[in-house]
Amino acid sequence: MRRQLPIIIVFVSGAFMAIQYFIPHDAGVFFYEYGLDWIIVIGIFAMLLGIWSLFKVQLDKVVKRSPGWGYSVVALGGLFFMLIGGPLWGIEEGTPFMQVFWYIYTPIQATMFSLLAFYIASAAYRAFRARTVLATILLLTAMVIMLRLIPLGPISGSNQKLATWILMVPSMAANRAILIGIGLGIVATCLKIILGIERAYMGHD
Amino acid sequence: MGFFEKLLKIDRRVIFIFIAIAIALPLFFEVTMHIDITPVVRGVYDTVEALPSGSKVLISFDYDPGSMPELQPMAESVLRHCFSKDLKLVIMGLWPQGPLQANWALEIILNEPDIKEKNLKYGIDYVNLGYIAGGEVVIQRLGSDIHAAFPADYYGTPIDEIPLMKGVQNFSNIDFVYNLSAGYPGTTEWVQFAVDRFHAKLGAGNTAVQAPLMYPYINTGQLVGLLGGMKGAAEYEILAKRPARAVRYMFGQGVSHAVVIFFVIVGNIAYFATRKKRKES
Repeated sequence: MRRQLPIIIVFVSGAFMAIQYFIPHDAGVFFYEYGLDWIIVIGIFAMLLGIWSLFKVQLDKVVKRSPGWGYSVVALGGLFFMLIGGPLWGIEEGTPFMQVFWYIYTPIQATMFSLLAFYIASAAYRAFRARTVLATILLLTAMVIMLRLIPLGPISGSNQKLATWILMVPSMAANRAILIGIGLGIVATCLKIILGIERAYMGHD
Repeated sequence: MGFFEKLLKIDRRVIFIFIAIAIALPLFFEVTMHIDITPVVRGVYDTVEALPSGSKVLISFDYDPGSMPELQPMAESVLRHCFSKDLKLVIMGLWPQGPLQANWALEIILNEPDIKEKNLKYGIDYVNLGYIAGGEVVIQRLGSDIHAAFPADYYGTPIDEIPLMKGVQNFSNIDFVYNLSAGYPGTTEWVQFAVDRFHAKLGAGNTAVQAPLMYPYINTGQLVGLLGGMKGAAEYEILAKRPARAVRYMFGQGVSHAVVIFFVIVGNIAYFATRKKRKES
């Protein structure tokens, strides 16, 4: 029963969600909305699980004095400050919660993202080499896309048109192929799960 | 070791210095670059422009501070455009930091003189519903009952008590949905559920990295338009005749791209100049 019950629940839920999409009957809509509310509640509990997991991993590092344990102390301090700070002082502008958000969290995130510019430039210098025909096509395409952001005088308009064509025709064709592939893959995986062929979600094959 | 070989093995920190100068230096100069308007950006602008006064627009802020340089100017220009046309805004976020990004943008736009004189009121002209966990499931729930998905707004006020939310039950009461996205959940999920299932009219603003992945949805009409990266934001500002941050930052972005292209060209020259030697060895 420990194996059959989850499979039955998954089959009924999965089959119901697939069928109700095509048959919007009142009873079906009720259960559909009920199911969505459940998933939202599960999502909230998943966040709690994430917080617990973060706490446990970082605490273990501090207790065992693992390399870099000092960072874990900062992580735990931040976690508790934000958890307590919100309910204690509120989340309006000017409160400690918001000050930490704007003056610590935001610059940290912006810094992490900004580093990309440097690494992309360095990687482009080393990787964009016209070694083969395909690499040359990739290189020229990248140049056209990047050049659209630079004023080129009389050829700016033509380059912009070429960049738009690249995005709207070859790039989009490739994207569509990927999207269709992903879509078919999702359908196949869903069918395998609903029919009980794929059981990895139960924690084993 | 010859000059070109040295060039091939250039220390990455040299490139970092060039990029730092290329990004930072232009910020001190007021240079307005020529920016061509693309049809995809015009699509979003024309859709907002065509909405009659009092129309309800749902804006979902699905990004965090990491993507602010690209997405915040988009948020500000779209908010400014909507407020100037007296549209009613319902704001939310599928990312925890989204509603805070919205508040930042609101604070800037609501203090601009022409918007300030409209004396816009929270709860009547705009509302921030905050964040709720669940990703695409939240979008599906909005399609059936917004009040069930968001029982209270960002400040904890029950949304049944908010005048703007009276009569706003699901996507059929929303005239336009605009999504600012930096990843998952984001524009793809809005297309799959809000557009395909509930037939919402959707426009989007994405980071430059993500934008090319959204082009298939424009071609099929699932997206009315798309603002891609800082250039998309700059185009929107120009269309709205209010050049602001994105237009100003475009010079820096242009210079940094020019530096990257310069290095790529130099790298290739060095590669070909040393190729014969490499083959011989």
